[in-house]
Amino acid sequence: MSIKASFFSRLTSSNLESKLVTVIKPGSGWQFVDFNELREYRDLFFFLVWRDIKVLYAQTILGFSWALLQPLAQIVIFTIIFGKVAKIATDGIPYMLFSTVAIIPWTYMSQAMSGSSQSLVTNQRMLKKIYFPRLIFPMAPVLARLVDFGISLIILLPVLIWYDIMPTWKILLLPVFVIQMICVAAGFGMWSSTLAVRFRDVKHAMPFVTRMLMYSAPIVYSASPISEKYRLLYSLNPIVGVIEGFRSCVLNTPLVWSYIWPSILVSIIFFVSGILYFKRMEWLFADVV
Amino acid sequence: MQMSSKGKYFMDSRDIAIQVKNMSKCYRIGLKEEIRDSFGSALLAFIKSPLNNYRKFRSLYKFDDMRPDANEESEKSSSDLIWALNDISFDIKQGEVFGVIGNNGAGKTTLLKILSKITNPSKGYAKIIGRVASLLEVGTGFHHELTGRENIYLNGTILGMSKKEIDLKFDDIVEFAGAEVGKFIDTPVKRYSSGMEVRLAFSVAAHLEPEILLVDEVLAVGDAAFQKKCIGKMRSVAHEGRTVLFVSHNMGAITQLCGRALWLEKGQIKQCGPSSEVVASYLSHDTEGKAIWSNPFAGPTDKEVLTRSVRLLSKDNQPTHITAFDSSFKVELVYDVLEPIRDLSVVFQLINSQGTLVFEAMDTDVPEWKGHTRVPGKYLAVCEVPGNLLKPDRYYVSVVSFVENVKIIEVYQGVLTFDVSEMGYTLNLGRRGVVSPVLEWQVTRTGRIDGLAENE
Repeated sequence: MSIKASFFSRLTSSNLESKLVTVIKPGSGWQFVDFNELREYRDLFFFLVWRDIKVLYAQTILGFSWALLQPLAQIVIFTIIFGKVAKIATDGIPYMLFSTVAIIPWTYMSQAMSGSSQSLVTNQRMLKKIYFPRLIFPMAPVLARLVDFGISLIILLPVLIWYDIMPTWKILLLPVFVIQMICVAAGFGMWSSTLAVRFRDVKHAMPFVTRMLMYSAPIVYSASPISEKYRLLYSLNPIVGVIEGFRSCVLNTPLVWSYIWPSILVSIIFFVSGILYFKRMEWLFADVV
Repeated sequence: MQMSSKGKYFMDSRDIAIQVKNMSKCYRIGLKEEIRDSFGSALLAFIKSPLNNYRKFRSLYKFDDMRPDANEESEKSSSDLIWALNDISFDIKQGEVFGVIGNNGAGKTTLLKILSKITNPSKGYAKIIGRVASLLEVGTGFHHELTGRENIYLNGTILGMSKKEIDLKFDDIVEFAGAEVGKFIDTPVKRYSSGMEVRLAFSVAAHLEPEILLVDEVLAVGDAAFQKKCIGKMRSVAHEGRTVLFVSHNMGAITQLCGRALWLEKGQIKQCGPSSEVVASYLSHDTEGKAIWSNPFAGPTDKEVLTRSVRLLSKDNQPTHITAFDSSFKVELVYDVLEPIRDLSVVFQLINSQGTLVFEAMDTDVPEWKGHTRVPGKYLAVCEVPGNLLKPDRYYVSVVSFVENVKIIEVYQGVLTFDVSEMGYTLNLGRRGVVSPVLEWQVTRTGRIDGLAENE
């Protein structure tokens, strides 16, 4: 009897604890991320990120070597075309070194952006059949691509050794720019995936938008010829700060703060507004996609 | 387990698990495409199309004219609004197994989607007390490149289990799915047969242990033996004191599993009460003969197939709901295939007045459509049923589209009602059996019996 009673009380208390009340009302209105809910779904978040990692190179011969080959091919092409043929000025830095440091974060950003922008449309089946925090959709590719990014950092090592560059204390600042890089990709992903739900134009515009973004940032060229007058305008591009930051931290060139600050600020605004916009439109995803 | 159900009941029998109040959901089906009849206007339309498209897509999620205070004029312009649910209110108590029935397009799935938080209601609200898991489909999020093991974890977390929970249940899940799946648990799912994949997916779903379970027509997958196992599992879930909201076309399952049921028609509640009563009135509500049925649901749909219409035609292709015993008739199915799909069959079933299934016929019975992948498009399938076969009686036609051993896509019950008259019936009345075929007999006298006198 006593066992029964204790079982009873435990049951009752656990029942009271788990009295989770959900109210479902007509949607809309501004809101921010529900972090409690996100924490509840952390296992799902983990498995979706992991699915993206695992599936990316499924049934390929080279597997994760692709994470090295893609930026490597770009580095070689750029070095030949822009370095050797066009002979673009790079502030005295060997072109290969100059482009390697920029292409690694750029490859991450462009791939995370395009994966993220299509995340809601490609997962629309899931979107229509089950609920979990929708933010997980655009965030999963952004995080999954970090594995590629980590692998592609390996390319830096031989290049740095070849040109005999020793990292200084400045390398400690690199995480700041890595975080900025993730914020930019995530912000872009949230804006574009939300738009893509309603307008499939996003899919067709993506390749050309990323190409434009690449040329808008000092990836294949150096930013130093840009006159003082336009510098602020130029550095409002969040990608400019990421690339300049990476270059400065790894190659130990002077950090031009006038490039960095505006771009960090814009990145934060971009990221936060992306979340807000996403959350604002979230309620109609399943109906409109 | 008995303890827990008792305990719940003891705790508070008046506890409400789901409360739905004045809930409505309205969809826009999108504006019609305008037809241009000259090159000039077509060109102009092409140039203006980005702006028009933008307006069109934007209007899809603008519901300003939906408010009750909207005036007459905007009422007119909102003709593309569809009320999938219209002012629904009901309560479900804790531990209750509650069924939802209704024709296709009645709003059952919309109701489930709102309660699962997939989509929002347009008006009203729902309150859910307890942890919810919803099963609108089995195998949501299954990825073909991942192994069975990986998919169990992925699908399990998508359905709301934690990794720890899955760790504990992993062996049970694999066992439930069957020995065949267990052997290939570390093989990518794309190498599985479709039956194996469905079994694995269902097995994950069957191990959910939420306080409230919302289930759409998912029991109808897999082969008969597996279906039986699943209904058994559903029953044990119901006995554990969990609240279940169960949408189904299977009237047998509804009456067996559910205490109460709700009958939805055109987004409104037609009847709500003890399941046997609701099912009985649902089945008997349409008694007139009916030769033409066209799907009231016009789409859009995320299903692969949408049946458009079903007709019963006489020998000379006239719609009819009375056919003479000795004349043949045709059943015509018109359906759209919206996505390429393999092994699709569209079936019609003939049910007599006693509710006995007389036979079913599939459009894949002809070899040229068997096991092929269907190209999207409009399809017309006509089956001729010979005369001198069906007993004079009243018959009902149901239509089902499905992929064998994988899933049922659509079910339309009792879409047609017709009578086979006694015209041309030459056999004696009161003959027993489900059918009364007029068969070929060869009766001859083969000789004489010795010693028996022959009277000529």
